[in-house]
Amino acid sequence: MTRYQKKLRMRHFYNQAFKVLLFLVIVVSLLVLVTLLFDIFRKGYQTLTWNFLTSMPSGRAARAGILPSLVGSLVLIALTALISIPLGVGTAIYLELYANRRSRFFKLLQLNIANLAGVPSIVYGILGLAIFSQMLKLGPSLIVGSITLSLLILPVIIVSSSEAIKAVPSSIIDGSYALGVTRWKTITGVILPMALPGILTGSILALSRAMGEAAPLIMVGAVGFVTFLPDNLLSRYSALPLIVFNWTSRPQEAFAQIAASGIMVMMIILLITNLTAIIIRNKTQSRID
Amino acid sequence: MTIKIKVENLNFYYGSFQALQNINIDIHENRITALIGPSGCGKSTFIKTIDRMYDLIEDTKADGTIAFEGINILDESTDVVELRKRIGMVFQKPNPFPKSISENVLYAVKRHGDQDKKDFPSIIENSLRKASLWDEVKHKLNQSAFSLSGGQQQRLCIARTLATKPDIILMDEPTSALDPIATSKIEELLQELKKEYTVIIVTHSMQQAARISDYTAFFLNGELIEFGETKEMFTAPRDKRTEDYITGRYG
Ligand SMILES: Nc1ncnc2c1ncn2[C@@H]1O[C@H](COP(=O)(O)OP(=O)(O)OP(=O)(O)O)[C@@H](O)[C@H]1O
Ligand SMILES: [Mg+2]
Repeated sequence: MTRYQKKLRMRHFYNQAFKVLLFLVIVVSLLVLVTLLFDIFRKGYQTLTWNFLTSMPSGRAARAGILPSLVGSLVLIALTALISIPLGVGTAIYLELYANRRSRFFKLLQLNIANLAGVPSIVYGILGLAIFSQMLKLGPSLIVGSITLSLLILPVIIVSSSEAIKAVPSSIIDGSYALGVTRWKTITGVILPMALPGILTGSILALSRAMGEAAPLIMVGAVGFVTFLPDNLLSRYSALPLIVFNWTSRPQEAFAQIAASGIMVMMIILLITNLTAIIIRNKTQSRID
Repeated sequence: MTIKIKVENLNFYYGSFQALQNINIDIHENRITALIGPSGCGKSTFIKTIDRMYDLIEDTKADGTIAFEGINILDESTDVVELRKRIGMVFQKPNPFPKSISENVLYAVKRHGDQDKKDFPSIIENSLRKASLWDEVKHKLNQSAFSLSGGQQQRLCIARTLATKPDIILMDEPTSALDPIATSKIEELLQELKKEYTVIIVTHSMQQAARISDYTAFFLNGELIEFGETKEMFTAPRDKRTEDYITGRYG
């Protein structure tokens, strides 16, 4: 056997060994996930009924439903989307296409936005409580919850939108400018349409993160147990993670069961939003290619 | 013979690097002017100064004059949006927009908003006809521009430039990404276009410059070495370096 053949065999061995190792890592993490999901499903599927979805919570597990939290979460996320997407995309457009990229201000801004994405969510809760609930006297209301969640996911939306804008080929942007099209019309004419799939995917994924947050909402006064539906921006409200938290902290087994059903509802919503993100991306992508 | 653009003492800088040195050229109306020279000599840079595309590159600077219809293109006060409507640019690699064929042609027209909506169908047809593309695409105007071949895409890019009714068309190696047949189509097209437009074209092919152009400018290291009628330049170059280049003795 020559030296080269030997080396080749060694390389081959390492390659295979690494593959097996990676596969094992995947299996372990999948196993954990599957066990968890299975456990939740086993506990929760029996109590996940239409009645459960459409009833008010109650002190008795058998009668308790999730309606106020379900509606609360959906409204909260819709409002959060309305606030965070325009702000986030607008900021990304400014940063990528208007700001002077070499100024110190720009570099500072960019660094800070990246850092903000890593700040623990409860800190946003404290911020929301101090500024919107107390200083602006908006109380523990739906709008404060949405603003708080918007601030929480804004950095993620800005970063993913910036990436999507950066990915638009400069040859196409130049093509638009060379035709005497203004900057704003170049943005609306080619840059945003081409960046849209990336912007939407990033935003939807960010929103689904906001959907699962409990800590910042607790800080700004949302509660689990609410027996009415929110009817205006200043209403008090509940959200899915909060009612689940409420139920899991009770000792009775029956509540553990409906908590599992609550988690299933949350996961189904997350699954739907993430699927929507994928479908939007594929659809718009194929239109562009 | 009318002079469309008069370039005088043009210098251009990328940061501290001077890419063009004291360029003087007269561009004649309804003629094709070819720019030749080895890679990196400043041909693309030169045409970028004419429609101010260098504005899009950070830390660039030009001085001198490029006189066009009584203004100096290089002036701070020049309205570059208006300028680029009058001076179109076709790039080396076809860069159609991710839209349908007809939307590509109408892209700038719609955004300038200075032409009547009911003229749109005729703008599409005329522009595509002038770019010799109409017969190939008339039955599929709503299909994506990406469904076209490279040569067709390049002619679409020419058509969308023509739709804005420019006076001058700048082309940066428009055929370098195309095969010989697509290339000869574009070359024939250029002969048609020069009846209505003034054309400046960058090319790496001596044969192409000799075949299609009326005037030729030879650049070397950011300097204009020789400029004159193509026939003369290719038969009796005045400068030794020009001769070396066109006879293939340069890289
Ligand atoms: N964006 C830029 N920043 C800095 N220097 C640049 C830039 N673009 C071009 N240059 C430099 O300017 C000089 C001229 O470049 P230019 O692109 O005009 O050459 P060219 O004649 O078009 O070459 P080619 O035939 O390869 O396209 C080169 O030395 C190049 O390195
Ligand atoms: Mg070039």
